[in-house]
Amino acid sequence: MAHVITQPAPEDSRRRRRAWRGILIGWSFILPNFLGFALFTLVPMLAAFALAFLKWDSYNTPEWVGLENFRRLLRDENFFVALRNTLYYAAGHIPLTLAAALGLAIALDRKLRGVQFFRTAAFFPYITSLVAVAVVWNMLFNPTAGPVNQVLHAFGVDDPPRWVASTDWAMPAVIVTSVWRDMGYYMVLFLAGLQTIPKEYHEAARVDGANSWQRFWRITLPCLRPTTFFVVVMLTIQSFKVLDLIVVMTDGGPGRSTLVLAQLVYREGITKGRFGYSSAIALVLFVIVLTVTVVQFRLNERRSDR
Amino acid sequence: MTALPDAPPAVAPPRSPGRSPGTRSRGPRLVRTALAYVCLLAVALLVLVPFAWMVSSSLKRDNEVLTVPIEWIPREFRWSNFAEIWDRIPMLTYLGNSAFLSVAITVLQVLTGSFAAYGFSKVRFPGRDALFLAYIATIAVPWQAYMVPQYIMMQRAELTDTYWSIILLQAFGAFGVFLMRQYYMSIPDDLCEAARIDGLSEYGIYVRIMLPLSKPALASLALLTFVNTWNDYMGPFIYLTSNDLWTVQLGLRSFVGQYDAEYAMIMTGAVLSVLPILVVFLFGQRYFIRGIATSGLKG
Repeated sequence: MAHVITQPAPEDSRRRRRAWRGILIGWSFILPNFLGFALFTLVPMLAAFALAFLKWDSYNTPEWVGLENFRRLLRDENFFVALRNTLYYAAGHIPLTLAAALGLAIALDRKLRGVQFFRTAAFFPYITSLVAVAVVWNMLFNPTAGPVNQVLHAFGVDDPPRWVASTDWAMPAVIVTSVWRDMGYYMVLFLAGLQTIPKEYHEAARVDGANSWQRFWRITLPCLRPTTFFVVVMLTIQSFKVLDLIVVMTDGGPGRSTLVLAQLVYREGITKGRFGYSSAIALVLFVIVLTVTVVQFRLNERRSDR
Repeated sequence: MTALPDAPPAVAPPRSPGRSPGTRSRGPRLVRTALAYVCLLAVALLVLVPFAWMVSSSLKRDNEVLTVPIEWIPREFRWSNFAEIWDRIPMLTYLGNSAFLSVAITVLQVLTGSFAAYGFSKVRFPGRDALFLAYIATIAVPWQAYMVPQYIMMQRAELTDTYWSIILLQAFGAFGVFLMRQYYMSIPDDLCEAARIDGLSEYGIYVRIMLPLSKPALASLALLTFVNTWNDYMGPFIYLTSNDLWTVQLGLRSFVGQYDAEYAMIMTGAVLSVLPILVVFLFGQRYFIRGIATSGLKG
């Protein structure tokens, strides 16, 4: 057919050639990054799914065992301790960071000379090196002579908690540190959200006699909803995968009181070389994060429909 | 929602305190401003106290750090701590290692990221958007869920305990592609079309038009990547076992583990580990904040 010279044929082949050129050029741009991305992110990600169904302890040959790893998980006390601690961390970290970030953003969304300095100061903990943060807070939380307990003493708390030295108070100490570290980041997101609220809304409400409390609940919060939703989703994902702060600050202790899921994955998989079993834990972690995120998106949709 | 890096800067530049239309009398206004400052100062104090404590402790003797009552200002300033630490731990090696890793990863991330972002935003070809979706999807997957397979790969390739493991794992992140694409989408296609008609190749357009136009976004990406790598703990912790490869984070952590009573020296190390970040941050803070606001709000 191609030999018959008709009008559309050269047109057609030219178009096809142009399409091929597009593909070649497009891929030539993407390839340098894609190679690294595929090899070191995509492949491990997919491998993680498969590994969860293998018995593979670094020395033996991998063997397909179906759901055995997950059955083992249900008998593993460490898993439930880690799950509980992760939920505990999330339950503290998400609302407190949200409140602190929103509070900071509203406090710093003003036309005041020098407000930029305060914004910078509030943001800085987020990019401070993690080890420095952990080391400093560990000393601040020192049970006997730490500044935190001295302040509590001054306010009349006679028997202040022993923080990172006690099984009951280590997690709250970690949560306080993480809120302090992360609030500046989310404050930036909230500040960006606040810029999108038209000033006229507030002015109109003020003319109608609404006080600042009413304006906050009736105007600021509803207008910020897209930002708030996004912040909650990000906070949730971040809380469930918390790892480095805990490794540096408490290393899961004292006892198992701050052991979290991601840390269990690290211990089982990299320290002990139980590749299959650790991947099952990782898969559970991923499914939890995914489920919570999907539920949040559903709730958000339903609320915007109304 | 199109939050473009250049459109509304997340943090507006300090506006001069002009009078808003609803100004009442002058008296209460002054009081309110003063009150606002008092509130802000209280907040700033709360946020900055740990830093103040860190700096003050780094200039004390070990036995003066945890005292009752707290001494905010050292009795005598022991600047010698900052001279001694170099002999106590190989701080210079650690700082150099951190700098090397951060620069290498930043350069690779910015180059390959912006290059790929051009392909994803300005070249049309089938499958492009599906591929980009795959990129985005991976951002949502916690890295902790696939760190074990990554480790197995690196172990089999015998790259553990080399910088290769960290560089390969961190230099090709989806985040850079995402951030740069966001920015390129804000540059009108007509500009590229005009250049094409003038005979510029796609690579020419990338080098001569897109790169110069996207300097703010490149700066955001470079700074965020640099700081992330500098502060990264888990990567070096998992992969680097030889002391001479350690980064500042690992070195400091190990020092704390060995000499946990040398409070002042620990704080000196902490100050030194934060200092480079502070310098980078003060020079480029608006790029940081823009980068976060852009990549964040688009989600």
